[in-house]
Amino acid sequence: MADFGFRLSKSSTLDLDRIDTKVYDRLCDTDPDARTCMACGSCSATCTAAPFSGMSMRKVILGLQRGQDVRPMLSNCMLCGKCTMVCPRGINTRHLILSICRIYDR
Amino acid sequence: MIDRIPSGFHPFVLPFLIGMAFVLLYCVYGIFRILFQLPHEDRRKFLLSLINPVTAAKNVRDIFCDCLLHVKLWQRNPMLGFMHSSIAFGWFMLILLGHIEVFLFVPTRINLFYYPIFFNYFVAEVDQTMNGAFLFFLSDFFLLVVLCGIVLAWVKRIRSRLFGMRRTAVPSLVNRIAMYALWAIFPLRLLAETFTAHISGGSFLTGPGNWLFRQILGNDLYYMPTWWAYSICLCVFMCLLPFSRYMHIPAEMMLIPMRNAGLKIRHARKGLAKLQVLTCPNCGVCIDACPMSVSKANIKDCTVYLTRQIRRGNEKRIAEISDKCLLCGKCEALCQVGVQGPEIRIKQREARKFNISQDYSNISVAAPSSTGKVLYFSGCMSQLTPSIGRSVVSILDKAGVENVWMDREGGLCCGRPMLTAGRTDEAMALVHKNEEAILASGADTLVVSCPICYRMFMENYTLPGVRVVHYSVYFDELVKAGRLHLVKSDLCYVYHDPCELGRGCGIYEEPRRLVGQSAAIAEADKSHKESICCGGSLGSLSLSFRQREKITQAALENLYTSKADAIATACPLCQATLSRYSDRPVRDIAEIIDRQSTPTT
Repeated sequence: MADFGFRLSKSSTLDLDRIDTKVYDRLCDTDPDARTCMACGSCSATCTAAPFSGMSMRKVILGLQRGQDVRPMLSNCMLCGKCTMVCPRGINTRHLILSICRIYDR
Repeated sequence: MIDRIPSGFHPFVLPFLIGMAFVLLYCVYGIFRILFQLPHEDRRKFLLSLINPVTAAKNVRDIFCDCLLHVKLWQRNPMLGFMHSSIAFGWFMLILLGHIEVFLFVPTRINLFYYPIFFNYFVAEVDQTMNGAFLFFLSDFFLLVVLCGIVLAWVKRIRSRLFGMRRTAVPSLVNRIAMYALWAIFPLRLLAETFTAHISGGSFLTGPGNWLFRQILGNDLYYMPTWWAYSICLCVFMCLLPFSRYMHIPAEMMLIPMRNAGLKIRHARKGLAKLQVLTCPNCGVCIDACPMSVSKANIKDCTVYLTRQIRRGNEKRIAEISDKCLLCGKCEALCQVGVQGPEIRIKQREARKFNISQDYSNISVAAPSSTGKVLYFSGCMSQLTPSIGRSVVSILDKAGVENVWMDREGGLCCGRPMLTAGRTDEAMALVHKNEEAILASGADTLVVSCPICYRMFMENYTLPGVRVVHYSVYFDELVKAGRLHLVKSDLCYVYHDPCELGRGCGIYEEPRRLVGQSAAIAEADKSHKESICCGGSLGSLSLSFRQREKITQAALENLYTSKADAIATACPLCQATLSRYSDRPVRDIAEIIDRQSTPTT
């Protein structure tokens, strides 16, 4: 395809009947405060791993709610805990990450 | 002194013999079990240390001071020290005196090892052997010492505050029964020896006691049941010993040589960790020490309850307790027997399995340009408090130190948060990435401003030819060398010891000296190794925001006792956490020094 310097982005349509929120539901069982996230993005702004992998805790939670695969994003997390420090909702995001790492099917 | 019973035996010694045999067999089994659980090189190191005369002498001295005299407890609280050493040392002396008496007066019975314990029953005094009087005086005296300790133990159960302890651990059922048996042993021994004092002879306690009881009771039919009761109490105590907190008596004697051999915990449940769990005497000093105990709900998460749950094998609670801890290290610093609560917890976390493991092979860290010989690593936490990094660089510039700020544009984490979460492999991957970048820079000094990173660099990094130094130590050297001049301001600071810097790395004086040279300095009620964690620690995995807030408030209350105008600290995490709730400014020592320093040239 010719390179115009821009391209169409992938469709972001979600079929709510088909998405699989199993991981998110299991996460909410172990860490109920995941539900209180308001997607402000403070965690992403402070993330140490963000420049390397596009890690964003906000996108991880959003992705889980939409049943998307978030594993590539999590793979660079260093557990430094700054996201937990800045969360205005007081969510223990660091524990959230550890929980996601545990409950994800291999 | 002559043998009263020709056969040298009476059935009442049987319970004692059963108990003693059980304890001895159990301890021998325990020693071999723990030795076999040690990794091969650790076992070798331990056994070699036993035959090394220097460590052997240290072992003997430590066992005598810690197990018998309880020197550390005396330093903590004289009442607590007296209580423990009177029971331990007094009992030891009673046994020793029993052996001396047998050796001197009935040497043919030296091979019967119940004889020293029940000496007074088996002998009769004759007129010409009054030279036993001095030994009888000593054994009465030490019995009195032990009884004083027992009385204090009763008092401690009712009012522990007299002994400098706000809270003590709630004893479990086994501990309770063993404790009552221990309490009963010595009064029963006193009664038994009193009742037979007219036959075997006695001293200032047993002699008059015997006369008194004979006046009241008129016969001596009662002395046999008392000797039986004494023997049965010993049996109950010794049979429960392996399952109760009193296991610390034999276990500590093995833990001390292991500590002196320099062994580290390799497994959460085996070897050294197992021995430490058995050594925990359930005294509960760690409850008052734990910063989490400000909330009543968290009291059961202190180290004393961790060791109890590990002994019970309650996996659910073990996981909860291990995850909650802030790893501030205060319980370890104050522990009288040296139980390493934080290390046991980290090893416990390591046992957990994760389905996603982090991978950093896609990250390449550019080596910093090697113009300066001094490399500065601010750590990722300093990104939340950027003025620390700027101040450090400004001070280095003022002192004319050529420097490069390695992670000005953001860098990798040092790996300690990953390590404390129990994910050693991932943490070491980060360590290797950082090591490569630092070594490639060609610097010979690495200045670190974050204590979390500093501890990680000291404990887990191998950087040949690079001196890793905390900025407080480095600036202190610059001031001493006259390259930096500090001007005193009229503010008064109280210095908050960060856990990782103080208890973690033993740096207490340098930051205080620097603050003291740039301002007035006050001390908080609890400082140095007793400083209270700010509550922001990355050690805790599961502590919630609200629970952390309570801990921060408690730490601030402690700092407010100094009546200082502002709080100084040397950790970006402590600064960020404390300033969230503090009613007065919280500054990093780099910011204070930067404000108060001028170049000397």
